[in-house]
Amino acid sequence: MARKVGICAIAQTTYEKNKWGARFQEMALEVLESIQQQTGVDFSETGITMSISVSDDVFDARTISDNAMTDVLGAHLGCEEKIAQEGIQALYYGLAAIQSGHEDVVLIVGHCKESQGKSRNMVTHLAFDPFFTRPVGLDFCAAAGLQAQAYAMKSGIGDEELARIVVRSSENAVKNPMLPEAKKLTMKEVMASPMIADPIRALHAYPVSDGAVGMLLVAEDRVKEFTDTPVWIKGVGNCMDSFFMGDRNLASNFALKKAAQIAYKRAGIDNPGKAFDIIEVSDQYAYQQPMWMEGLGIIDDGKGNEWIKKDGPQKNNVNISGGTLAGSPLLLGGLVRAAEAAIQLKGEAGDRQVANAKTALAHGVMGPAGQFHSIAVLERG
Amino acid sequence: MNIEKDNQFVIEGKLALPYQYFSGRTGSRFLIRLRDDKKINGLKCNACNKVFVPPRSTCEICGETIQDNWVEVKDTGTVTGFTVVRYSEPHQPVKAPYILALIKLDGADTPFAHIVQGIAIENMKVGLKVKAKFAEKTTSTIMDINCFMPAG
Repeated sequence: MARKVGICAIAQTTYEKNKWGARFQEMALEVLESIQQQTGVDFSETGITMSISVSDDVFDARTISDNAMTDVLGAHLGCEEKIAQEGIQALYYGLAAIQSGHEDVVLIVGHCKESQGKSRNMVTHLAFDPFFTRPVGLDFCAAAGLQAQAYAMKSGIGDEELARIVVRSSENAVKNPMLPEAKKLTMKEVMASPMIADPIRALHAYPVSDGAVGMLLVAEDRVKEFTDTPVWIKGVGNCMDSFFMGDRNLASNFALKKAAQIAYKRAGIDNPGKAFDIIEVSDQYAYQQPMWMEGLGIIDDGKGNEWIKKDGPQKNNVNISGGTLAGSPLLLGGLVRAAEAAIQLKGEAGDRQVANAKTALAHGVMGPAGQFHSIAVLERG
Repeated sequence: MNIEKDNQFVIEGKLALPYQYFSGRTGSRFLIRLRDDKKINGLKCNACNKVFVPPRSTCEICGETIQDNWVEVKDTGTVTGFTVVRYSEPHQPVKAPYILALIKLDGADTPFAHIVQGIAIENMKVGLKVKAKFAEKTTSTIMDINCFMPAG
């Protein structure tokens, strides 16, 4: 049995629509300094020996985007790795590096400033191939519209239920100090916001977001050097669906089901419907919250609409943080979800703390219409 | 942020790199046939009995090489899903609002994304039968199909 890996510290900047006055490096430094302050970790031989950055070349508008970060991450003259994928992969990577025995102490820091580009949609447009899908104007928002329509047909979810998800997210968000711009929304405001890609309304989509997030991962036998309250990574899993959206059944959750199956097996979860005290899913659009819950097997397939009507999100402690809907960059979504879940498990969630939270699930998604899903199961130490 | 806006500097920039993409042997054949003959072709996996449009040289289900199994599919098909794109971006081929749909061509098994015109947004529905309208001027991309229109 490979040694366990503990999350010993979690740090985030606030997430805002436009952190114009902060460079990437400044956001990352804020995260690093918080982690150092929490744990006393340094970059000596017994400290951080591997730094993993999460960033994206197009969002950063410079290639080899990690190259600008190495000095801030302590990776200058040291070991540096980059995740150019949804941020929760850094957790997976760090876990593997420690479990393999190569590293004991790994720093993860992801950053993204979505505000820098003229349009987030212009960035995600570039995820498509130039022959068949770019020419028709696809980007992640249009792709989500196609999926939302497919899911609405399958589940029967309507405008009112979608608005309920957004309103609840906004109510949770105002309790989250990492979201200083959050404000409570009403059903009326959400339902009056303009359609952007039917049935998605403007307020069903997560805001353009800037921010950074980081963690310190440590091998089981050395965790005590850094914290008394570690959070264990119990199991991870991911799955990539087909590239072309027409090759997939957009409402089927194929990749998410498979990713969940892998993570649950590794974490020893038999009954996902009852296993989790805290669930953080990457809901970039409102329809995704119930849809991903179906894919995770926490609620029955096709029952997302009923679950919303019966106040399921509150009963299941889903996205107590406000979720991705309340604001965190696309690239960091899953890592922020894992950070929020871990903060709950450490008992450091302040006004939004769920009592006695022991087991949590964090979910990340990347690619058009939920192409690539990742899951991490976390447990209080 | 406690930063005075005076005495701070924001640099304007732009990512712009003219680029050429090789469309591949399989992609080239599809695009040339579309451009020159106004015919839409797919590749068939005989083992899985599935016709892929857009074409690809390997079946993603069984891993079989299928690059020579060209079959012609019809220029008519059925809408399997759609959205109405109402926001505007420079990469969009037509002015918003427009209907972006997944269309399964007759003879193909995989729907692909394209634009539907010639129908009022409120009348749009899944299951609509459509027919390709070919572009008058070629761009050697999938936009050699200008759009799909209601059939009949």
